[in-house]
Formats: sequence, structure tokens, C-alpha cells
Amino acid sequence: MADIDVVKTLASAVVAGTPVLYATLGEILTERSGVLNLGLEGMMLVGGMAGFAATAATGNVFIGVAVSLIAGAALALVHAFFTVSIGVNQVVSGLSLTLVGTGIASYFGKPLVGQAAKDSFQTLPIPLLSDIPVIGPILFTQNLFVYFSFLLVPALFYFIYRTRPGLNLRAVGESPSTADAQGISVIGTRYLYTLLGGALVGMGGASISLGSNPNWQENITAGRGWIAVGLVIFALWNPWRAFVGAYLFGGMEAFQFSLQVAGVPISSYFLRMLPYLLTIAALVFTQWRLKDQTGRASSAAPSGLGLFYLRRERG
Amino acid sequence: MSLRQRAVKELEIQKTLVALPPRQIYPSTAALAVATPVLSVLVALVIAAIILFLSGKDAFFILTEIVHTSFIQNFSETVVKAIPLTLAALGVSLAFRARLWNIGAEGQFYGGVLVATALALGFPGLPAPVIIPLMVAGGLLGGAIWGLLPGLLRAWLDVNEIISSLMLNYVALLLTDYFIFGPWRDPKGFNFPVTATFSDAARLPVLVTNTRIHLGLVFAIIAAALVWLLVSRTKWGFELKVMGDNLKAARYAGINITRNIVIAFLLSGALAGLAGMSEVTGIAGRLQQNLSPGYGYTAIIIAWLARLNPWAIILVAVLFGGLVSSGFTMQRVGVSSGLVTLLQGIVLFCVLGGESLYRRLLYQAALRRSNQGSNQGPDQLKDKES
Repeated sequence: MADIDVVKTLASAVVAGTPVLYATLGEILTERSGVLNLGLEGMMLVGGMAGFAATAATGNVFIGVAVSLIAGAALALVHAFFTVSIGVNQVVSGLSLTLVGTGIASYFGKPLVGQAAKDSFQTLPIPLLSDIPVIGPILFTQNLFVYFSFLLVPALFYFIYRTRPGLNLRAVGESPSTADAQGISVIGTRYLYTLLGGALVGMGGASISLGSNPNWQENITAGRGWIAVGLVIFALWNPWRAFVGAYLFGGMEAFQFSLQVAGVPISSYFLRMLPYLLTIAALVFTQWRLKDQTGRASSAAPSGLGLFYLRRERG
Repeated sequence: MSLRQRAVKELEIQKTLVALPPRQIYPSTAALAVATPVLSVLVALVIAAIILFLSGKDAFFILTEIVHTSFIQNFSETVVKAIPLTLAALGVSLAFRARLWNIGAEGQFYGGVLVATALALGFPGLPAPVIIPLMVAGGLLGGAIWGLLPGLLRAWLDVNEIISSLMLNYVALLLTDYFIFGPWRDPKGFNFPVTATFSDAARLPVLVTNTRIHLGLVFAIIAAALVWLLVSRTKWGFELKVMGDNLKAARYAGINITRNIVIAFLLSGALAGLAGMSEVTGIAGRLQQNLSPGYGYTAIIIAWLARLNPWAIILVAVLFGGLVSSGFTMQRVGVSSGLVTLLQGIVLFCVLGGESLYRRLLYQAALRRSNQGSNQGPDQLKDKES
């Protein structure tokens, strides 16, 4: 254990947590509007692949990131159409989206496999801040994806809890009929936040292929999209708690890798199970706390989550 | 329009809708349960043709080649793929009936594979009549073990079963890798990550000569019959359906929900485990990497498309068996097999979309009918209300 470099491990925890953080934040936005999108894994893969391909074509990582945002939103649009407009079961639509996304990324990503990114976000130490001992190398010697996520978390928190559109978003997710009666467009709101959420998830994929691991491999996300779906529950749909959850996951990822490098006598296959088991444990912890507080098994999800809203004609 | 009339009308609409729950919306369920997936596959093929065309491939040649290979020339291989797909889809259909989203069939498949492999490697001397029933039991057990945790957590703490069952898929894959790269690696296997070949007794016998169709086919048909009996002829099957339609009502009716959730997951996992057992003993004859090309995920689509009907599951599984086996055809003609996954997703979207649009049409028709009855449109009614 003495061989583990704590600062280095924590720095890589931040790196490993960032893609999951983007995906979790995106899904929080989407679910707050009452739309459950389980297609995260597919959207991350397509975002990562499209961003990578665009960077390879143009040599400009910013164009790549823009394309990953559009790609994530485009897939989310499919989900929005099927669930918000025509009322397909949200769970099943999300599963199909995962398949479609995985398929697209695998089919169109085939020629890219093994290539290194032409351009990527390099580590960019922030002057002065990066000189602070311990915190500097962990938080301020990172790439632009990481810095942007530092800004995004408080911004989203403020937006959701302290602004009018954020209030409308929550209203649509909690009680669509009430929101509708208030004159808020339920369908418009759900489309908007499904697309915005999808864009963030797509960028989460790009933060792997153009950030932490700048080359393309099949299934580069390895279940991170699904882990993000779990972390949304752990985060109780709150961006700050998403921060905690994502870094907890990143920490486990980095910790198991450090253990492998340090040569502990545990098979690496078992160590690599830890992030997945941690996700289950995090959910158990969340539900157990809720049960403790409310006295029964319950959920903190927006009340309208997963339900199709159809304005019924009265008469 | 009096309040009473309004209430009667609302009730009429509700009745029409209630009479047509999402899973059984078609007047002739059985016929359309087969027709819809077939139509959707056709639409998906058109979309695939467009994708192939856009990426500069000879779409017509590739698609005819796939259909020809999967459904005419090599139909037996399609049946071979349909065996694990049927078993796993029957498994998830049980959980889905109670609206339990078990998407861990892939992991439960490997649960069955691991126990069956352990038995085959551990008792190489046993004769077939002993080892095969033992491995069947082991496969069922391994799958059930893998399904137990999500079931328990869901029943006890309402932990989201989608996430927990899915996370265990990754754990199962890693555990399999651990065994084939570690303790079970064949010392004579030239360092390939494979186990030793099973003894002949521990291989499921081939049913049709000159093909790879094995005894698993019988397992699949028996399982379909048993699942059909269970869901349509037993009290427990009915309880599952009530839980799926309305969990609250089920609780008030005194159904033991906690117990049923756990049993549903156990059975669901056991069937997926049997799928794994039959694949490793019937086809591979040893444990190797990528034993399943995503059977557990495809099974989810199959169950849903077949509307959870056990007999329809067999037919849809054959259709998807063709799609899965076309992956090899695609590689032969130089197309990434990612197209198979993409196609599966598109097929599902087509069916879901068609189903929902149909339901919307029914709703609107019901609305129109009841409006004609009172000779008043919704707009006029609204005016009077205010």
C-alpha cells in the first residue's frame, strides 16, 4: 500500500470521474423534466465517436466537442420523439437507444479503431492555483473538460433551484398537468431538456475520446453510461451530489488502478469489478437512507418521471 | 351535458382504454404479434440499406446475402442461435410481466456458464446421463444466483433493478475472464484464454445430423411450455400480471410482493443460466471469451417484441437468431458487425413506434365515438364547462 501515490491517484480520480459527471449532469436535466433516458451508454459512445471523427477530419478539438454535443442531442431527439410525442415506454425506448448508439459507434467507428486523436484537450495547469500544494496538482492541473465541469455544476444547481426556467423544469417533472395548467409547455420543456441533457452526455463521451484517453477503441465507455444512470439516483437529482458521486466512482476507478500498478496480490479482474459493485453499493446506501428517513422503501425521483403526459380532452 | 353524462362518457373512454392494455392492444394479438416484428424487420432492412448505401457499400448484395445465408442456406445456424435467445427471452419475459426490468440476462447467462463449466471440468469421468442433468441443474442455479441480488435489493429496499442487474453483467464478464485467464486456463491451450475441452459426455448431443442443433432446442421448447403454463394457468402467474399492471392494487389484494419479486428474479435468472449452460456445453464445448454475442441484451428485445407471449418468443427468437448469425456473414463481406446491434435497435424502435401510434389512433377513435354519441365535440363541451 505504501507504493500508492495519493496525490496522483486523486488527480486521476478527477480525470476518471469527469466523463461520468457530464453524463450524470445531463441525465439529471433530462430526468428533472420527467423523461427517463436510459440510452446514456449509447449517447456517450456516439458523442465520443463523432467528436473523435470530427477532430480527425478537421484537426480541431473544439469542432470535435461541438460535434459530440450535436451527436448526443441528435440521439436524444429520437428518444424525445418516441417518448414525449408518441408515448413509447421510456425504459424500452432508452434500451433501444443504447443499442442504436452502440451500433452506430461500432459501425462508423470501425475505421477509427486504434487511431490516436489528432488533437485533444491537453493538461493545462492553471497559473498560481496549480502551485498550491496537494490541491493544485489534483484540481488545477487538468484539461479543459475538467475545468468546464467545475463551472457547470454550480451553474446547473443555480439554474435548477434558483431561476424561473429551472422552477418550470422541476414543475414539469413533478406534476406535468399542474405545469400545463400554469401555461408551461410540457412537451416543449421535455424536448428541450432531453436534448440539452443528451448534448451533455455526448460531450461526456468526448471527454474520454478527446480528453482522458485520446484514442478510439470499441466500447470505450465500458458501462460508464449505465453507472451515470445509477449515480443520478445516488445524487437525488442534485448537481452537487452528482459531483460527489462521479468523483466517488472516479476515485474507485483510480484506486483500483493504483492497486494494480502497486502489484497487490489480488487479481486485476476482481479489482476492475469494484467500480460496478460500488455503483450498486451507492444505490443501496441511498435507498437505505431514504428508508431510514421515511420509514418505508421510497424514491426521491421526480413524481412524473417515466410517465407519458397526454393532455386529455375534458368533456 | 350534465355531470352524469360527462362521467358516463369519460367512463366509456376509460373502458376502451382499459380494455386495451399496452401489451395486448391488437384485436388479433397472436397474428399481429408475429406480423409486427416481421414488418419492423423489413423497415429496419430498408434503413440498413440506406446506411450501407451512404457508406459506399453494395447494399443490395450485402442484404440479400444476409437473408439468403441466415434463412435459406444456413438456417440451422439460425436455429442454433435461437436456442439461447429463446431461453433467455423466456427468462426476462417472466420478470417483465411484473414490470421488473431485469436487464441482467447477459450476466445471468454467464452465471449458468460458470457453474456448468465448473461441473464439466470438475467431473470429467461422469457418464452423460449423470453429468448432463447435473449441468442443467447447475446452469439453472448459476443463473438464479446471479439474479438473486437485484431481486433481493429491489424487494427489500426498492433499489433500481435496472442498474443493479446491469452492473452485475460487467461483474460476470470480469469473473469469466478471471477464470479463463487464470485458474481454468487450459495448460495445453497455447496460452489462449480458453479452458480445456469438455469430455464428450459433458457435451449436449446433436439432434439433427450435419448441423449444430443440439438438445438445447428441447430445453427451449419445454421451457416455453412451462412458462406458458406458469403465466396463464397458475395463481402465481396471475399475481405477477397484477403486480405488473398495478403494484398498489396487488399490495391491497394481499399479494406477497416481496416474495414474488425475489422468485421472479430467481426464475428469470435461472432460464438465462440455462441458456448459458446449453451454449457452452452444446456449441463451444469449452469456456472461451465472447461466448455470448450479447444474447442477454437481444433477449430483452425479443421478449418485448413477442409481447411476453412464450410461443411468440420462439418465433421472434428465430428471426433474431437470423440477425445474430448474419453478423458472421457481414464480417465475411466486409461490414462491421456493429450493424447487427444497430439493426436490432432500429427494429425495436419501429415496433414501439408502430404500437404507440396504433394506440393513439384507438384512443382518438374512442374519443370520436363517444363524442358522436352525444353529438357534441370536445370544444363545445369545454365552453359549457366554464
